[in-house]
Amino acid sequence: MAKIRVETTINGEETEFLCSGQESLLEVLRDGLGMTGTKEGCTTGDCGACSVVVDGRLVPACLVLAAEADGRTVETIEGVADGHRLTPVQQQFLEHGALQCGICTPGFIVAAEKLLEKNPDPTEDEARYFLAGNLCRCTGYDKIIKAVLDAAAVMREERA
Amino acid sequence: MSAVPETSEHKYKQIGSRPIRHDGLEKVTGRARFGADFTLPGALQGVFVRSPHAHAKILSIDTSKAEKVPGVKAVITAADLPELPMEWIAQGPAGVDLGANQRVILAREKALYHGHAFAAVAASTREIAVEAGKLIEVEWEVLEPVLSIDQALAADAPILHEGQKTEGMGPPVEGDTNITNQIVFEGGDLDAGWADADVVVEGVFETPMVHQGYIEPHACLVNAREDGTAEIWCATQGPFGVKNETATLTGSDPATIKVTPSEIGGGFGGKIPVYLEPAALVLSRKAGRPVKMTMTREEVFRGTGPTSGSKMHVKLGAKSDGTIVAADCQLDFEAGCFRGSPVGAACMTAISPYVIPNFRILGRDIVLNKPRVAAYRAPGAPIASFAAESLIDELARKLGRDPVDLRLQNAIEEGGRAKYGPKFGPIGFKETLEAARAHPQYKAALGENQGRGVAAGFWFNAGMQSSATVSVNADGSAVVRTGNPDIGGSRASMALMCAEELGIDVKRVRPLVGDTDSVGYCDVTGGSRVTYATGMAVIEATRQVIDHLRARAATMLDVELDSIEWQDGNAVAVNGASEKGSLSIEEIAKKMGATGGPIVASAAVSPPAAGPGFGVHVCDLEVDPETGVTRVLRYLVVQDAGKAIHPTYVEGQFQGGAAQGIGWALNEEYLWDADGKVENAGFLDYRVPVASDLPMIDTVIVEVPNPLHPYGVRGVGETPIVPPLGAVANAMRDATGVRFHALPMSPPRVLEALEGAD
Repeated sequence: MAKIRVETTINGEETEFLCSGQESLLEVLRDGLGMTGTKEGCTTGDCGACSVVVDGRLVPACLVLAAEADGRTVETIEGVADGHRLTPVQQQFLEHGALQCGICTPGFIVAAEKLLEKNPDPTEDEARYFLAGNLCRCTGYDKIIKAVLDAAAVMREERA
Repeated sequence: MSAVPETSEHKYKQIGSRPIRHDGLEKVTGRARFGADFTLPGALQGVFVRSPHAHAKILSIDTSKAEKVPGVKAVITAADLPELPMEWIAQGPAGVDLGANQRVILAREKALYHGHAFAAVAASTREIAVEAGKLIEVEWEVLEPVLSIDQALAADAPILHEGQKTEGMGPPVEGDTNITNQIVFEGGDLDAGWADADVVVEGVFETPMVHQGYIEPHACLVNAREDGTAEIWCATQGPFGVKNETATLTGSDPATIKVTPSEIGGGFGGKIPVYLEPAALVLSRKAGRPVKMTMTREEVFRGTGPTSGSKMHVKLGAKSDGTIVAADCQLDFEAGCFRGSPVGAACMTAISPYVIPNFRILGRDIVLNKPRVAAYRAPGAPIASFAAESLIDELARKLGRDPVDLRLQNAIEEGGRAKYGPKFGPIGFKETLEAARAHPQYKAALGENQGRGVAAGFWFNAGMQSSATVSVNADGSAVVRTGNPDIGGSRASMALMCAEELGIDVKRVRPLVGDTDSVGYCDVTGGSRVTYATGMAVIEATRQVIDHLRARAATMLDVELDSIEWQDGNAVAVNGASEKGSLSIEEIAKKMGATGGPIVASAAVSPPAAGPGFGVHVCDLEVDPETGVTRVLRYLVVQDAGKAIHPTYVEGQFQGGAAQGIGWALNEEYLWDADGKVENAGFLDYRVPVASDLPMIDTVIVEVPNPLHPYGVRGVGETPIVPPLGAVANAMRDATGVRFHALPMSPPRVLEALEGAD
């Protein structure tokens, strides 16, 4: 079957790749482009481990066809830090020990960045509901939510 | 917390602090490499082909059509593995059946559950492998599946394993059976106990099979090479276990296999067994190419884990003054399709937290057509604890006693005998109960439809074998190497203990998890044993390094070795030689080339025991009588950690175990159709707790030192999942007036129960 040629922008870099019509964005990111920071937990959009941002919208990469990335911008965990400067979300995850095994962490960070972009001062409930699409089996979410709320405070301070 | 005795000496500089974990940066940037993140040039994709029947004889398998598909490089079945006989070999308190382990990888005589793998295909793409697998022709003789404990025990039940007799103790079982083993613990005089009891409570409790639910599906990459050696990269709790088990099940020499553990995306016991690696190795050998195998989430649910479903009949009797005097427990556990449920540990933990002089505990291991169970965090204990702690709660209600108070009255103490025989050493059970009672949550006001539940529990914790190597760099920093995959911050714990001994900052210690060729043997990351046992090896190796450092300093300062003391990262001349001054670790390390060469030491430990960890949980919840939905309002975990090395990750274990237990109590269960197919093999329908389901989980770390560890460490990973089932059920009873005997207490069940109670 003929492959589809896709031109897209990933983490600010213009990128081209070939894919089949069935391949998901997750498969192309991980297997085609070697960007394994985006994790596979289910391929059914239920776990959030593959959270990425496409044209500004938070989506599970497993439910996006790779061909759909054509002409769009894609942001992944590899593009979250600014060079070697961690974001407040990443830093607070480290400070709070908001990860144990770490497999859900990239997805949580991508989702949390999006939350704080939309809502710089979320309540605990708002954070919990926004992140309800990201599963963590290790932490019970306590330290994750605290890290996100503290990151929000740091970011508000930075802007002030 | 004033109720917590100040048992730790506050003399430490590193342990007890909360540094950023050394592997954290890689994990918040996406650079950390997990099981599915490895590949090799030319790697094939391997997939299992799974049984569409829950119980069926395999009369023949024809793989010829699949082998002819373009892109297919290898197809294997059980015939490609050297047949190992099914035979239970006792190993310590548990045992192993290598023949069963092999038949879990690839079914041989029978498919024993829906989704049981019977073939594997390696092809240039996953799609080709999957499609080719559909062309494998199997002649099945479909048999009636056994899907419940009652069905397995029925007189006319289909027998899973022809010739299976009941081993162990207890009442004799005639003929072939699905009861593989019975365990009995007895003490005192049960009849006298009942005669002594003023109040008796009893119930039949049931729990469903549940899955560990780690977010990372199983994955491995295997490269079998021309010379017969092989390299395996995989997500596992025990790389040495993968090496040895893969060798045994494939008839290979373990010396030819090297295993590199990746970062591991959760395990909770479920990544102790091997599933993929033996198949991938044989495929790789047959194809002459590297083979990568990853499971889908659906396969994880159908073909790995879970832990046992159960049916338990428990009866307790107490005197009117609250003294519990009699207990009778019959615990029936689903093992899945092969012997090996955690019913033994369930029997050992069920009522051991309490001094009950007269008791009988009978456990039965029952096979049926479901996946063979794997370890899941304190295996067996949460299940037994659910029944026992529910009835302790009923006793408190009947006696009009505060539930913590009643537990305190009956709590086991140091010197008390566990129901399975040994006496407890120093334990912190009473201290945790007192800390729970003193916590503000215990007095917080409750509104309408709200309730509070308390439950307690413990886990033995494991010792087992560990080793560690510590080396000093020329700049005075250090490296600590072990063979335990870091599943929840153990690198930081290892580094903290090494840094504490050396007297240097933890940032100057680099912790490393090695492959099976570069580190000494370590048993699995499991059993809450790493910080305890591997930690002991790290401490011992570091102390040997310090001896080297002292000797070098003695040479450099020209004093006797006896005159050198190690103080806070410095070799200090004492005993009349103090005029010689001192040397820092940096100064000694800088000169080590001239004073004897590199400084490195290894140590190995094999502690036969560990210090048990007791925990007490308090759950406050609210039930919506219209929808049956339960919301946990507040949750408190109090647990004896012995000594918290990195308190953040100790709290994390408390919180994570509680969350898993809350999910088990309220939502999680395998649903089976009449043919034995799992109906909810995905995270949409197998509902684990999400962030919006839970409140913050408060923690209190109690520290009653474990005398077996230099710093008093007790393992903390498993105990936190023991009390939640009971704590939630007891809170439900408080909120609704209904005693729930079956899990999960999901909205439909709650509604049904509330309607029944009206």
